Amino acid sequence: MVDVPLNILIADDNKSDRLILAAIVKKMGHKVCVAEDGVQAVAQYHSEKPDIILLDVMMPNMNGQEAAVEIKSSAGEDMVPIIFLTSLQDATDLAKCLDSGGDDFLTKPYNKIILQAKINAFSRMSKMHYILQQQRNLISDHNEHMVHEQEVAKAVYDNVTHAGCLNLPNIKHMLSPFSVFNGDVLLAARKPSGSMHILLGDFTGHGLPAAIGAMPLAEIFYGMTAKGFLMDDILREINSKLKKILPIGYFCCVCMVNLSFRKQQIEVWMGGLPDFYLLRHDTGQVEKLASTHLPLGVLSSQGFDSKTQRYSLRRNDRLFMWSDGIIESRNDQGDLFGETRLMDIFNGNQDQEQLFDNIVNTVNEFTGESGKDDDTTLLEVKMVPEAEVGEVDIDMSRGMITGPTDWNMRYTLRGDTLKTFNPLPVMLGILSDVPALHGLSGQLYTLMAELFSNAFEHGVLGLSSDLKKDAKGFAEYYAQRELAMKSMDDGQVMFEFDHSPTQAGGLLTLTVTDSGGGFDYVGKQANQFSDAGYSGRGIPLIVSICDSLEYLGRGNIVKVTLSWNAKGLEE
Amino acid sequence: MSIATSVNGNELTVQVEGRFDFSAHQEFRDAYEKTDDGVKNYVIDMSRATYLDSSALGMLLLLRDHAGGDSANVRITKCNQDVKKILTISNFEQLFTIE
Repeated sequence: MVDVPLNILIADDNKSDRLILAAIVKKMGHKVCVAEDGVQAVAQYHSEKPDIILLDVMMPNMNGQEAAVEIKSSAGEDMVPIIFLTSLQDATDLAKCLDSGGDDFLTKPYNKIILQAKINAFSRMSKMHYILQQQRNLISDHNEHMVHEQEVAKAVYDNVTHAGCLNLPNIKHMLSPFSVFNGDVLLAARKPSGSMHILLGDFTGHGLPAAIGAMPLAEIFYGMTAKGFLMDDILREINSKLKKILPIGYFCCVCMVNLSFRKQQIEVWMGGLPDFYLLRHDTGQVEKLASTHLPLGVLSSQGFDSKTQRYSLRRNDRLFMWSDGIIESRNDQGDLFGETRLMDIFNGNQDQEQLFDNIVNTVNEFTGESGKDDDTTLLEVKMVPEAEVGEVDIDMSRGMITGPTDWNMRYTLRGDTLKTFNPLPVMLGILSDVPALHGLSGQLYTLMAELFSNAFEHGVLGLSSDLKKDAKGFAEYYAQRELAMKSMDDGQVMFEFDHSPTQAGGLLTLTVTDSGGGFDYVGKQANQFSDAGYSGRGIPLIVSICDSLEYLGRGNIVKVTLSWNAKGLEE
Repeated sequence: MSIATSVNGNELTVQVEGRFDFSAHQEFRDAYEKTDDGVKNYVIDMSRATYLDSSALGMLLLLRDHAGGDSANVRITKCNQDVKKILTISNFEQLFTIE
């Protein structure tokens, strides 16, 4: 007897043959159903769902081969073994049986042992087929589920790492992920001051494990940039976050750029990325920018170094940034694209406007059909006058004339805090509680930034602004600044804010007092402070933002006022 | 890609041959985890390594962590031009002695 009885269909028009066979099969312990011709066999197949079919070849109405064709076609993917019963001896005839969809044949008269062995063998095969089918369905269900989850996750991911202001006219970019998720990140955002932060990152590996770290990175980048934090603070924060969340051995190669349209300058921090190229518009010369830091997420906060490099740029100078996917892309021979080929594109290029497309096309031609094995990112950013990229879009949706309007605050920075801490986000945060001022946060940021750097650099540190009149002096200025910072031990800058309501809106008075020696301001009108080239104290800029500016004391106190009109805002 | 190890006193030398990438992950890890506790100095011999990728950099960081983190003594020796270049771009000389 068998463990699990099978349901076996026996189709034979010869009654005695049918009965003999049914008796043998029943004796083995299986269930039997019977048919007298092909038509009945097909009908029984549908009603009884047999596990194995024993089918006579020659039958009236529909012969065995026709029945086999029909049964196999309705069975589809399910396995229904058909064993032909035949007294045929001719090899061609027997082969025909198998061609019509039969799985085996059994010649009359029946040999019980062979019959039993065949039933057992097909039973095993059916079982295996069934298990395979189940497992395949399970895998396909899992896969469908996973693809769906990935799509949802991808939507969340895209929202968090949204492209920021990559659509500005001075930026060209290409992101080409190797799988659904991208281990490369490319972020760009305007600062309240109108400058721009750009970040290109390449996480270890690719796909989901690489992409997941991009989410906190993007959150920090966009959040802190919008609040007016400087590059130094943002990089520190990202580094300590990644160090905390990424397993050891996983990190992110990053380049962050602070591009100031007003100062026509970029400030660059690079860790772990291949050299970037700075293309000078006038001469066509290429300057290489090299990584000087470890990737983010490797060092602890204490060991982290946020030192940056500054480059002054002229109009239409272009910075090209890329992930290592460009240089390390391979052709079908397995050769690397390499830096030499990249440099050749720059050397052979005639039209700077076409260079970006040239790089993309050359790399694509090189890799050809062989495809790629890493995420690839390319970015070009061009120095243009601020007017070409437009004003910073500050969210004005926070309601109008509520919030604090009548208040005074004093904020003094001393010693090391003065040297290292950036007070602007904190102060901007407080000013932004006045809804009307929130809408002006771009101008306010610029205003406070200019006044603060004047008070600190020219006031406390006593640096001369005349130095900044050319590119060489500009570098000298920053060198002197470093030195003066080191030797400074006391010194302070005090901000006093005073906000009062007026009939039409409000009036903000900001007084900045520094501990420095001041300067001879008597007799100079605001519009007489020079601001040509690199030098000056940004006074015309300040004047363009506020209503009045006056120097007091020995030149160490500056007082500006800015009034706002509720009506004007509502329009 | 293959990995060979040898111990000399308290110094473990791991020699990497061929492309040093993710496929070496387990083997590289075994190379230093299965040596006994007496090892104080680690030498990664790159003389036969042709290339390394970012996951290899990650494996080196894991080894550094295993060897004591900031107090680890790990030397990376005999790098070819390409390998040297990748280590330089990543500024790994700040974490390892590269000879």
